[in-house]
Amino acid sequence: MSKKKPDFEYERTGAYKFFKWLSGEEDPYVGKVEMKPQRVKKTSKETIQDRMAEKRMRRDKVYEVEDNRIVKGFNKLYYLVAIIFLVVLFITLVDTVSFLPPVGQADKAVNNEVPARYIENGLQETGSVNIVTGMILDYRAFDTLGESNVLFVATITVLILLQASKGKRGAVDYSMYFEPLDDAILRASATILVPVIAIFGIYVVLNGHLSPGGGFSGGAIIGSALILYQNAYGFKKAKKLFNEKTYKTISAVALATYCCCKMYSFFTGANHLESHIPLGVAGHILSSGLILILNICVGMVVSCTMYAFYVMFRKGDF
Amino acid sequence: MSFVQNFPFFTILMCLLAGVICSILPKKGARIVNTALIIVTCIMSFVTLMFTIKTGECYVYMMGHFPAPWGNEIRIGVLEAIMATFFCFIMLLSMLGGRKKLDEEVEDTKHNLYYILVNLLLSSLLALVYTNDLFTAYVFVEINTIAAAGLIMIRQIGRTIEAAVRYMIMSLLGSGLLLMGICMLYDLTGHLLMSNIKDSIAVLANDPSYHMPLMVTITIMSVGLCIKSALFPFHAWLPDAYGYSTVSSAAILSSLVSKGYIFLLIKIIYRVIGFEVYKNSHIMNVLFVFGLCGMIFGSVSAIRENDIRRMIAFSSVAQIGYIYMGIGMGTEMGMIAAIFHIFTHAATKSLLFIAGIGITDVSGFNRKFIELTGAGYRNKIAGIGFTVGSLSMVGVPLFSGFISKLLFAQGAVQLTGKMMPTLVCLAISTILNAIYFMKTVIRIYTPVPDSKYESIGAMSMKLYTVTMIGFVVLNIYLGVNSTPIVDLIKQGLSMFS
Repeated sequence: MSKKKPDFEYERTGAYKFFKWLSGEEDPYVGKVEMKPQRVKKTSKETIQDRMAEKRMRRDKVYEVEDNRIVKGFNKLYYLVAIIFLVVLFITLVDTVSFLPPVGQADKAVNNEVPARYIENGLQETGSVNIVTGMILDYRAFDTLGESNVLFVATITVLILLQASKGKRGAVDYSMYFEPLDDAILRASATILVPVIAIFGIYVVLNGHLSPGGGFSGGAIIGSALILYQNAYGFKKAKKLFNEKTYKTISAVALATYCCCKMYSFFTGANHLESHIPLGVAGHILSSGLILILNICVGMVVSCTMYAFYVMFRKGDF
Repeated sequence: MSFVQNFPFFTILMCLLAGVICSILPKKGARIVNTALIIVTCIMSFVTLMFTIKTGECYVYMMGHFPAPWGNEIRIGVLEAIMATFFCFIMLLSMLGGRKKLDEEVEDTKHNLYYILVNLLLSSLLALVYTNDLFTAYVFVEINTIAAAGLIMIRQIGRTIEAAVRYMIMSLLGSGLLLMGICMLYDLTGHLLMSNIKDSIAVLANDPSYHMPLMVTITIMSVGLCIKSALFPFHAWLPDAYGYSTVSSAAILSSLVSKGYIFLLIKIIYRVIGFEVYKNSHIMNVLFVFGLCGMIFGSVSAIRENDIRRMIAFSSVAQIGYIYMGIGMGTEMGMIAAIFHIFTHAATKSLLFIAGIGITDVSGFNRKFIELTGAGYRNKIAGIGFTVGSLSMVGVPLFSGFISKLLFAQGAVQLTGKMMPTLVCLAISTILNAIYFMKTVIRIYTPVPDSKYESIGAMSMKLYTVTMIGFVVLNIYLGVNSTPIVDLIKQGLSMFS
């Protein structure tokens, strides 16, 4: 028979805690996992009533919706005409599709010399095993340059709309309302998952010219890793990793690099100069000329955009 | 290949790069970069214009190492170059004229965001003007749309945010229709390059089994671009968007953004569908009728308005109606008139917006007409600017509006069926224009003996004065010396097809 431990020593062992939990006397989550819900911003009942009253007044007194037969008739007519219009539009468009050449037809107009060259000469001309990447980042790089600027301008617009201006909100610190729950399970799983997801995203970006993937998809994966990290650890910690300055620097550097690379390649291409950028051995990670650099740039822009969108919609500040 | 031929490509890429760089600059740096960029772009476009006039032919510029159907390309002719030069010049004047107001109305931290948007908008406009590829056009239409929505809501009051949401919904509907049209065209012809599509369509148009999809494609592309450029029944988003946004935005939106889409439509008519095929599809007649309706209803709405900014905005609906009427005439003369009216309207409407802001500022920031009495004496330079703009819009000789109305009338008398409605609507619309513009001019020059508002001298706002002088000179130049410009448009249109 084993020697009985003193009480204070026994209370620190796992067995004591386990039996306590079994008998229902102690809950290990209380105090460790935050169970209280997020604080909800309350609107007082009176203002809701006031708002309703004003709306009702406008409806009844100004527009006289209840008694005005012309308004009623117009509303009915409006719905009727809208439905008829949509049905006609639907039938016309479906009818049009039936006239288009069917999918998979060999002599379809789409199967002309353009995709033929992409498929036959894509590897030699761009050095990229993944033809799609070669197409969007080399053959039609101007479109893709525009497309990444669409993302950039979209973030800028979201910043304009949602970025909270400093000091305007008064003394109350509203950031508490937006902090995520302090959750041990989420934290533990994020600790394992975030590096894996991030590394997978980086893999997808770097292998864009070798396997399916590329800057856009890889960037989205990295962005999701950042969002998960933020959710698990809260704004204070995420801010150390990624704040407004990081966002601006990364996206500006990436897009500026992209612009400069393409300026060089367009300029040499149009003036029939040699581009001096080696295509490398197809299949190697360091190959296919500028495509690898461009993929990295696009990946950085996309991941930053994803995270910035999330943060803006959540809190309005990094 | 001479070095000048690189300039259009430089301008587009430079604007993108400047937009990116502005995001890490402080307010003042971003402003300097923006102004310098617009000036350099303007000069480069002008040199390109001179080059194309000298050589007398258009050229294509390969974007990358691969020739056209595989890679991207842009195409530069006289019409494209003159359009680009003009857009840059108007943008420069609009930005300078609205700078003071921008400082007052926009939060300090968001100024550099505004300059990013302006740079990207300029690049997208240039790309829309120069592109020879339908998909490139669509990508830059996207940038244009989003940047325009940002320009509307940079001044954060409730009305602008509502207006931006409305603009976004309507404009995305237009983009969606355009994209659908491009997809169908690609499915039918197998190309995205404009000249290749035109060749295939010339063959397909004779095949009766392709009649229906071709008709639908042409229709949805035209309707999409009409929605985006606020043709009459689709103009509901316009008055709030132009009326409440900060004044540079209003000037840029009304005189450049909507014109970019109209130019794209003209490009599609000539270079994608082919003028004859487009004419035979009878969409032109629809555009013609809606243009006429817009001329009348836009003016009527403007007369009923009691807010000077919204009145100018509604006047835009009428002027867009003129342009579509010109396109809808279906003759070369009508198209020339429409393109000249693009210039006229761009030069005049931005002048009116910027002069309007000068007038309301010396009336205690009130926009109601009763408060504006005598404002022309309190801010003399704005009063002169507004008067010149009004006279030009009404169509008084010596100003640019007169020339475009003359060209429209000349185009109309060559037609048989459309002559009477065109001339009658021109006459009615001119009278309606005169009613609301002259009402305002008389109002701002009615003296009030003891005004409660202070007056402001021209010397205390030098930048504004310079802008106003620039706009007035541009208007009078277009009105007095229109023949070379009309000749250039003619030359450009002949290069188009």
